[in-house]
Amino acid sequence: MKYLCLVYCDENTLHSLPESPADSECMAYAESLANNGQMIAGQALQPVSTATTVRVRNGQMSVTDGPFAETREQLAGFYLVEARDLNEAIRIAAGIPPARVGSIEVRPIRDLQP
Amino acid sequence: MKDTIDNLYRNESRRVLATLIRLLGDFELAEEAMHEAFAAALQQWPSEGVPANPRAWLVSTGRFKAIDQLRRRSRFDASLNLIADELYADTEDNIRDEAIEDDRLRLIFTCCHPSLSADARIALTLREVCDLTTEEIARAFLTTPSTLAQRIVRAKTKIRVANIPYEVPAASDLPARLDSVLQVIYLVFNEGYSATAGESATRDNLVTEAIRLGRLLVELLPEPEALGLLALMQLHAARITTRTDGEGDLVLLEDQDRSRWNHSQIAAASALVTRALHSQRFGPYTLQAAIAAVHAEAPTAADTDWREIVGLYDLLLQTAASPVVELNRAVAVAMRDGAAAGLALVDELLTRGQLEEYHLAHAARADLCRRLGLIPQARAAYQRALDLAGQEPERRFLQRRLAELNG
Repeated sequence: MKYLCLVYCDENTLHSLPESPADSECMAYAESLANNGQMIAGQALQPVSTATTVRVRNGQMSVTDGPFAETREQLAGFYLVEARDLNEAIRIAAGIPPARVGSIEVRPIRDLQP
Repeated sequence: MKDTIDNLYRNESRRVLATLIRLLGDFELAEEAMHEAFAAALQQWPSEGVPANPRAWLVSTGRFKAIDQLRRRSRFDASLNLIADELYADTEDNIRDEAIEDDRLRLIFTCCHPSLSADARIALTLREVCDLTTEEIARAFLTTPSTLAQRIVRAKTKIRVANIPYEVPAASDLPARLDSVLQVIYLVFNEGYSATAGESATRDNLVTEAIRLGRLLVELLPEPEALGLLALMQLHAARITTRTDGEGDLVLLEDQDRSRWNHSQIAAASALVTRALHSQRFGPYTLQAAIAAVHAEAPTAADTDWREIVGLYDLLLQTAASPVVELNRAVAVAMRDGAAAGLALVDELLTRGQLEEYHLAHAARADLCRRLGLIPQARAAYQRALDLAGQEPERRFLQRRLAELNG
């Protein structure tokens, strides 16, 4: 069985609370899972301010700033993709079939600092 | 010499900046490098003379200043040394004139990228493309310079972190991306044109900047809708001084002194409209400009070709349907077929509910009722419009109309 563990935090305090994890701790945990054969993929994300939302309606793509998924929309899946830049990532996102009925939030990956 | 350099700054600083952003891949670094290049020019040119190609000299000097800067910073961050090495190896080919022309377009498309919020796009475009100061932009948009500066910093961070590319979009993406640019330019224009508050000088400045931007875009990318938008702004601007009287009261189009309109600007804009219409690829900006051109070209209000205007509104409804466009069409129909025909359309629109809170819908209804002699209905509609209107000159206009009916 595969499970997706989604990480939710208050971005404003994520890195500043006494209990806040350092990147190195996250990397160590991922490594321990990998050693157990339990790690498939994991990434940190850049803040929501860097997000772009892509929708396709009536064959027309719309691109807007921000993570403005409508409140009645729930997370239904994810694609981790390689793209040259944001424009290519947007084109890929527009091709994801549920972009026609929901929205695709495109968020850059953040590299952890060892 | 200082005058020469000041002049050069005014005419070339945006080109130099646009190219440096491409070469350096970073807005902040490019801005610093550009200022250092101009400072170097002030220092060196008086003794060494003005170089044969000042723009290339400035770009090249800016690039070396940035490399120096990166080397200095690399004492704290070793990875910067690598970037500096790459920059150093960059060929002079990248500084050719054709590439530089494209850079201005790259800068516009990057500043107007749809993944930036409309506010951020406007602030960034006015700052980077138009070279307005953050204080000037803040004043025009009635916000504080620090809020505005923060907005610009966030936008630049997003460009860097999300890796928004510095490029002119591919042909397949162009229509949608161009829309985003045109929207920014028109928002800047409207902020200046339909001032709700603020100093009039800064507002006029926005109108001027929007038209300058529109012209630059037409020069770099003569797409039909870019022509249409430039024409639309010029046609509004040509009549800007006759919209209000000495007391700041509204003067209706039909009562404006047409001899005071800027007729050469109107002629230039009409030529743009014709060009855009001939392309067969025109859209809402061109159609709105065409409607404005029919009004502007009529020697008197009575000479207005309402048949043509209704036809243009019909086309506009096909490409950009909205209740406000329908309302404007209804008013044109009233002029073509009589007030009763117009009133039927306005009432149907109001029944649908979308314009219930829109003061101009009630003002239009009031005017049509008045023309039909339906005085109590006209009075009620003017009162409703007055309750909804926010701008002082509009309120005074409606109060005047009400007083005329009562008198």
